[in-house]
Amino acid sequence: MDHGRTRFVASFLAIPVALYLIYVIAPYAQAFYIAFTDWRGVNATPRLVGLENFQRLLADNVFWQAVSHNLVLLVLMPILTLGIALFFAFLLNAGGRGGTGGIWGSKFYRVVFFFPQVLAVAVVAVLFQQVFRPDRSGMLNAPLIALGFEPVGFLSDTDVAFWSILAVLVWQAVGFYVVLFSAGIASIPRDLFEAAAIDGAGGPQLFLRVTLPLLWDTIQVGWVYLGIAALDVFAIVWVMTAEHGGPDHSTTVMAAEIYRTAFQYFKFGYASAMGVVLFFFTIGFAALALRLSRRERIEF
Amino acid sequence: MTQLSRRELLRSAALAGLTLPVLSACATPAGNGGAASPAPVVGATSAANPLGFAENKPLEVWIFDGGFGDAYATNVHEPLLKAKYPKLEIKHNATKEVAKTLQPRFAGGDPPEFVNNSGANAMDFGALVQDGQLADLTPLYDAPSWDDPAVKVRDTIDPNAIELGSYDGKPYVLNYANTVWGIWYSRKLFEAEGWQVPKTWADFLALCETIKKSGKMAPFTYAGKHPYYIYEAILTLAAKIGGKDVLKNIDNLQDGAWKAEPVRQAAGAFVELGSKYLLQGTAGLDHVQTQTAHNKGQVAMLPCGSWLENEQKDSTPADFDYAMFALPDFGSSDALPYGTLHAQPGEEYVVPAKSANPRAGMEYMRAMLSKEGAGKFMELVSTLTVVRGADEGRTLKPGLKSASAALDAAGDNAVWFLFRKWYVELHDEVAAATGQLMSGKLTVDQWADRAQGKADAIKKDSSVKKFSR
Repeated sequence: MDHGRTRFVASFLAIPVALYLIYVIAPYAQAFYIAFTDWRGVNATPRLVGLENFQRLLADNVFWQAVSHNLVLLVLMPILTLGIALFFAFLLNAGGRGGTGGIWGSKFYRVVFFFPQVLAVAVVAVLFQQVFRPDRSGMLNAPLIALGFEPVGFLSDTDVAFWSILAVLVWQAVGFYVVLFSAGIASIPRDLFEAAAIDGAGGPQLFLRVTLPLLWDTIQVGWVYLGIAALDVFAIVWVMTAEHGGPDHSTTVMAAEIYRTAFQYFKFGYASAMGVVLFFFTIGFAALALRLSRRERIEF
Repeated sequence: MTQLSRRELLRSAALAGLTLPVLSACATPAGNGGAASPAPVVGATSAANPLGFAENKPLEVWIFDGGFGDAYATNVHEPLLKAKYPKLEIKHNATKEVAKTLQPRFAGGDPPEFVNNSGANAMDFGALVQDGQLADLTPLYDAPSWDDPAVKVRDTIDPNAIELGSYDGKPYVLNYANTVWGIWYSRKLFEAEGWQVPKTWADFLALCETIKKSGKMAPFTYAGKHPYYIYEAILTLAAKIGGKDVLKNIDNLQDGAWKAEPVRQAAGAFVELGSKYLLQGTAGLDHVQTQTAHNKGQVAMLPCGSWLENEQKDSTPADFDYAMFALPDFGSSDALPYGTLHAQPGEEYVVPAKSANPRAGMEYMRAMLSKEGAGKFMELVSTLTVVRGADEGRTLKPGLKSASAALDAAGDNAVWFLFRKWYVELHDEVAAATGQLMSGKLTVDQWADRAQGKADAIKKDSSVKKFSR
């Protein structure tokens, strides 16, 4: 009887476990193996080259430029996104008079903020290409040109392009966290806000002393999630920028370099080595982030 | 059908799950190249079937669905073959992503018979040749031509096409379309304004100045997001100044090839042009945007290849009257005469060596290289081909006619470079650096240093196969 149940459960689990092994674990293992070869993608017999790919990686300036861009994103993307999202979520849910409700029209804003989340990443990228166009047809440059200023090369100036990309990434991500934090704030008992308001707390104090501490768990999840997203940035950079990460590598990220190395230079071995590095970056970040942000859980 | 109990169903599903790892092995390169593929089928050759392909086996065709579309295959070449060999089954396919679609088939040892390996997502020819994936096309070129059994295929086409498709002396790639580069303008506009096609660099700058002063449009632009369009012009001018060896040295990764005086002079010339006469915002515009600006009369001239007219056919005013001119003389000591231009057979077709019926793929090429196949292709996609005299009796559009005339005038003074195909990494680095050069962020010397640095690095990289010409 019991034996039958065990078998039943085991047979039930076998499929998902097998699928996970085949489609998640096996490709990872394969990437590790390919990273030690000089496989160019068409050969049936990859040659093992030991650590050569990793040695070359150490001297690859473009790759380290990509890594540094990812690291800047890792710091700035969560800070900006979470900061803006918290601000908006607070205004929408507790920013009204007395801290008991949202500001006027908050239901409408809640929908509008979520819009970018509904659009496919490629659509966002194409859209912003038009916004950033350097001529009269560009949404941002048209008024500049009309006023007689030089147009800004949002995507063509190496000093500006990266920040344009960061702006788009943040713009795209904020909506989701506004909704997430709204749900978090909604679960904070109303009477806490009311009590604080009666005690004389203003908007900033309500935010810093009530909302922020009680939202900490949600923020922590958002931070890890955004950090991984920052290490994983690809589509926006690939579609939006000149030379896929340009001009002159000024916007490139690790994922773009991996893609380029594998599918344009056909150096699958070298690309896999980059992938292995990215894997350790991501795992390392997640572990670090969860450890650093661990703190006492507040019960309410 | 017997009824399965729920438990039996789950158990068999679990077993199916366990068999999947066998399938997943297909994704990795097979350890020993898989089962050795059977020797390529070469049947009895005859006058009717000079390449001896198997008529009872299918011919699988893959066409890159890019600027030329794939209608030329379904409407011109395949019917031509079908008319001659009604028994042959042709499996037509088109794709925009050649590498993603076909790379796994090569790695798995089951490639199709005929591949149009073109576009931004083409497979790397160097890697394919290196791994023995491509069939040697010598039998095709030695076979009698489609139109006249007394003449070999080899003698009906531009010899450059065979040379350019050869790797270490063996022809593996058929370059079918002939592309001519130059500076494009509207003949109608130039005649209306009384502007003359410039013969010298000084004339060129003077013309730019006249256009700028007219206030009607910008003199010059290029696809700033794709700096290839401008480094192409720089290298063509460099060859004109210093001779064909300038480009040969670059292709052969010779020490200091990028720092040669003609290359730096040409780069300097375009930097000057760029700093004074470019359309506003050029650095951030792509090829379609600049070409549309050209059609709208916002800019007078742009460098491009002879695909331009066809690419822009939907947005060009009816009486625009496209025409092109070769780069003007730079100085009196130019190594190559007026009319020198960059012309290169391109649009690559290959026959995978490990396909089931490779000779059928070659027969398909033989049909493409017939006068009828090439002539109709030319009319349909508006481009020149490597087949001699294919334009006889065909009506060409004005831009194509202009390009064809320029190519005839250039004669032996057509130049080309191959590093873009051989070493994509070098191409990317030169493109990136050239974009910075044109926007004034690099000096000519820094630009040359970067290009040379990348060339030197590739020369040292043991995983990249080197080619020479």
